[in-house]
Amino acid sequence: MDWGLIISNLVHDTIVFSTALIFASLGGLYSERSGVVNIALEGMMIIGAFTGAVITYAFQDSFAAGAPWLGFLAAGIAGAIFALPHAVASITFKADQTVSGVALNFLAAGLSVYLTKIIFNGAGQTTTLTSVFSKWSIPGLHDIPFLGHAIFEAYPTSYLAFIMVFLTWYLIFKTPFGLRLRAVGEHPRAADTVGINVKKMRYLAVTISGVLAAWGGATISLTTTSNFSHNTVSGQGFIAIAALIFGKWHPAGAMGAALFFGVAQSIKSLVQIFGLTKYVPTEFIYMLPYILTVLVMAGFVGRSNAPAALGKPYETGSR
Amino acid sequence: MNRVIAVFTKESFLVPLVAIILGLLTGAIAMLAGGFNPAKAYMALIEKVFGSAYNFGETIRQITPLIFTGLAVAFAFRTGLFNIGAEGQFIAGMIASTAVGVSFDLPAYIHAPLAVIAGAIAGGLWGSIAGYLKAARGVNEVITSIMLNWVALYLGNWIMNAFYVPSGQQRSEMIHDSASITIGWLSEMFDSARLHWGTLIAVIAAIFFYVILWKTKSGFELRAVGLNPHASEYAGMNVNRNVVKAMFIGGMFAGIGGASEVLGVFHYQAIMTAQPGYGFDGIAVALIGGNTPLGVILGAILFGILTFGAAGMKFGAGVPVELIRVVIASVIFFVAAHGIVKVFIKPILKKQKEGGN
Repeated sequence: MDWGLIISNLVHDTIVFSTALIFASLGGLYSERSGVVNIALEGMMIIGAFTGAVITYAFQDSFAAGAPWLGFLAAGIAGAIFALPHAVASITFKADQTVSGVALNFLAAGLSVYLTKIIFNGAGQTTTLTSVFSKWSIPGLHDIPFLGHAIFEAYPTSYLAFIMVFLTWYLIFKTPFGLRLRAVGEHPRAADTVGINVKKMRYLAVTISGVLAAWGGATISLTTTSNFSHNTVSGQGFIAIAALIFGKWHPAGAMGAALFFGVAQSIKSLVQIFGLTKYVPTEFIYMLPYILTVLVMAGFVGRSNAPAALGKPYETGSR
Repeated sequence: MNRVIAVFTKESFLVPLVAIILGLLTGAIAMLAGGFNPAKAYMALIEKVFGSAYNFGETIRQITPLIFTGLAVAFAFRTGLFNIGAEGQFIAGMIASTAVGVSFDLPAYIHAPLAVIAGAIAGGLWGSIAGYLKAARGVNEVITSIMLNWVALYLGNWIMNAFYVPSGQQRSEMIHDSASITIGWLSEMFDSARLHWGTLIAVIAAIFFYVILWKTKSGFELRAVGLNPHASEYAGMNVNRNVVKAMFIGGMFAGIGGASEVLGVFHYQAIMTAQPGYGFDGIAVALIGGNTPLGVILGAILFGILTFGAAGMKFGAGVPVELIRVVIASVIFFVAAHGIVKVFIKPILKKQKEGGN
């Protein structure tokens, strides 16, 4: 048994599985840092996965390798549009943000399969895409034994996700925009007093949230599954929320948590390969991320501090 | 008569009504966009539900679990909690009642009630995990209950695989006949539609919901804590205990719902590939019903008709069944954002004021 190869594969798979979670939990981060609860990440991912697959399908004959990029871009736009109702309901109409999120999850699940059936003549899934993202090997570096395969051979979306983590960290903690965003989520009244447009900031944050979460979904349909069906996303949006909480609403933390949940995913196949299912049932590995999240939230693994104004609609001029 | 009109024009009643209409309109627009005839589709939906005795009976079967999960969500709501975990509590109920139904050999008058009670307790305990974590550790019940839904799904599958599913099969052994709550004669009357005692239990549960919340001291406490935990605490109520109690009772409703699906409809438990969905629909039902027991029953009837009738839309007008999810989603959305609905209602209310008074 070659442990080097096994671990190399494990790291490689972890990165593949984590990419979607990183995108989506970063998406959640923008929204929640601005004070808007976003349990609609799942729905936004579904819309992204669906749009990515359909647009890529439409253009794969004429654009070949460029088609998945077009699909990815379209997914982001669709995500932004899909996020708008959540913003309108929770910011302008001061709706219960959780309920509005639940509604969007419902909507995405129904709408995506409905449209798929219309576009693909009644089939519940898109045709398998002939053109999806292929892995990029970083010249020179990917020749390093073990490490090369583990880290320097990945889908372009994975590289993009890691860049996004850095960009988000920089934007949130090092720029005036980030300061305003956090202020709006921590103490909207104070932010309002110093002339920050609370509603505008929140609208922006929820929109960005939609783009990133949709990219997360598109990552799945354009790399691992090569099509879209009703179970393409299957709960990853909820794991992304878990990653966000686990990572204490910090980009690096969210990334770390996403990687951790990615490990849990890739270990699943490892456990099956080695016949370890006799000792550890796969169901328990499936459960792990959720149980850990509950434990984290209960403070058994460490406190997690949500933005202070999370979930509270803001009334202009309120005290 | 005037009083009746007043009830039906109250804003609390108008909001869900307008939300339903807006939801159906959204569905119609989606159908038009997809090249379908909405009028034909909705007619086909109605025809499916009321067209035959069998289908009508099956619609009642569809409505029953929705009443249970609707009550589960609504009960928690009344006490200031948002129970997104009805799904997991429902699963807990299914698993426990399957276990009792398969494992024991008892006379029917003990076995069936025992299996139902096991489901109720399992659902209640599953619900109270989120309640306990909220009370003891201050954890937001929304996220924990979402996470617990997934834990219930996988844990349930594991329990089934480990103890009740014969190897190579995808479902458990059948429960013993003595644990069945199917009503044979009624089922025959409806061309063997799967009707069961669970429906009656659901109505009793709704009455219990009303009595416990509005007619008992303990219910007063539960509602007080929901309305204002700080004031309740000051008044000497044990807020934490009430939170756990509320989640337990809510979970019990969902648990019985799961139990009656197993004991009354399927008579076995299949390995689940996805969540059953009744818990999430329960959120919609509770919201539409304004978190009142009667409202929940009405909401469940509406959603039962929509989801069961969706199959008719498919055969009658070619509309994919998923469309009904779009309608349900829109209804939840418009109820949540009732501010939007009020924009639509305002002109109606104004007209009434001018005309009526």
